[in-house]
Amino acid sequence: MLREHLLNLKIHFIYIVVVKFEFNFLPEKESIVFQSVAVMMLQRRLDNAAPTVYEKRNARRQTTEQQQMDFSVHDPIDAMEIFDLIRDIKDPEHPFTLEELNVVSLENIEVEDKGVGRVVVHFTPTIPHCSMAVIIGLCIRTKLSHSLPRRFKIDVQLTPGSHDMDAQLSKQLADKERVAAALERPEIFQSVISCIYN
Amino acid sequence: MFFEIISNKPTMSGELQKVCTLNGHKNIVWCVAWHPNGKILASSSADCTVRIWAQEGNDWVCKTVLEGFHRRTVRSVAFSPCGRYLASAGFDLTTNIYKWQDDLSKFESVFIQYATFALSFEFELMANVEGHENEVKCCAWSSCGRFLATCGRDKTVWIWELDEEDEFQCLEVMMSHKQDVKSVQWHPSEEILASTSYDNSIQLYSFDGEEWNVQQSLEEHTSTVWSLSFNGLGNYFCTCSDDRTVKIWKRTSEEKTAKWQCVCNLNGYHDRPIFDIDWCSKLDLIATACGDNNIRLFQSKSEHDEDNFQLIQKIDNAHNADVNGIAWNPVKTGLLASCSDDRTVSLWQCVL
Repeated sequence: MLREHLLNLKIHFIYIVVVKFEFNFLPEKESIVFQSVAVMMLQRRLDNAAPTVYEKRNARRQTTEQQQMDFSVHDPIDAMEIFDLIRDIKDPEHPFTLEELNVVSLENIEVEDKGVGRVVVHFTPTIPHCSMAVIIGLCIRTKLSHSLPRRFKIDVQLTPGSHDMDAQLSKQLADKERVAAALERPEIFQSVISCIYN
Repeated sequence: MFFEIISNKPTMSGELQKVCTLNGHKNIVWCVAWHPNGKILASSSADCTVRIWAQEGNDWVCKTVLEGFHRRTVRSVAFSPCGRYLASAGFDLTTNIYKWQDDLSKFESVFIQYATFALSFEFELMANVEGHENEVKCCAWSSCGRFLATCGRDKTVWIWELDEEDEFQCLEVMMSHKQDVKSVQWHPSEEILASTSYDNSIQLYSFDGEEWNVQQSLEEHTSTVWSLSFNGLGNYFCTCSDDRTVKIWKRTSEEKTAKWQCVCNLNGYHDRPIFDIDWCSKLDLIATACGDNNIRLFQSKSEHDEDNFQLIQKIDNAHNADVNGIAWNPVKTGLLASCSDDRTVSLWQCVL
């Protein structure tokens, strides 16, 4: 019971952070508004109380040791590898992974590992008004930039039509200056890191 | 040689070549800015510092590191036109103004001898202007050095005035943008300010002696407009955007209140967002800093066809990551500085 309560508190805290980040307001002087939003959040239920949980895809077929040692074979990074990197990121609200909620799928990953290299990931929030969409996007982006060689250009976008504000949110996730500013905020960084490495 | 002095407009014949790479920043470098004398360069970074670089013999070295003044990323730096002040704007909501401590007479005489050994690079924090409710994205000095403009994610543009006692007064807060304001730039000779924003628009403000007013709003880009640069005469400016295009704008008449219109749209040259643009007043060359790691140069086709620009050079993989900022040297013809996500600053020279 206590554990559940604490979990809820954490979720609400993240939610408030997201409200601040997404809507670009709620400075200190509007603290009354801020507090009432916070109270509202504390009373509210989860965005999507009963999400559909999907089956996990089989893990990647392992190469033999001999194959791995053969350096003459060029082994480009492929969509499956990208999928393996992001499938186990935790949803900020639920105790499920992004794969289990079908937020990310192998079909929505494009990779081109020639020259500089480019990765495009489209993700689908569980519901069209999901308030966690930006945090999920930041998690995917951060995980990929931590894991891939630095040369890669990473684009994380919402699947078109998957969210009420998909164009606005995708524009925000594509703006590296705003992403950098968001990740500098300790509360956002903490929630992103705890989703990735939980 | 004699011929060169008479025709004071050199043209670029050769390529842009790398002079050196400056290492030192511990995180991505966002902005580079030249001192008006052209011998000193400032760079700002996500490692919360500003570095000051100067030439010693053939090498460029880091002379000083301004650290401890910002608590978060330093997004932008700018030297005042007199060269005594340096402004830096950061994500920590503040803009700092530093004063160069060396005395001005020595400063001038030393530069005549083309040496920076004898200078002391001590900068003292002179003022700290606060007011933005969110990250400050850019700062810029007007050509007369009297005004400082800052802009930020709180959608506002602030104009500050420097009085005789080295104090800053806020003159105006402009709230005409609907979104995050990315950059502010001043006209090279008049009191005209331009700002670019995440709302895809460019706004121009003019001073009527008492107030600042929005003179024109230009809405032809289809995504974030990252930066803007005027040409030397101030009758053109260029803008670069997240929509992968560069647009050239021309003033329709000589009047101060004249409207601007787009005369050239450079589409299909860039593969990623274009983060910065700078118009070289000496060579009439436009350089762009792009998210595809490349630097590109554009020039008008001929003097008779000055509204028509074309790509004249592309430096592939100028950096190993996104190029964030670019700046032409105001004194030394054809010297270009660029900075990048790969944590380095590079210097380039046009072969004339």
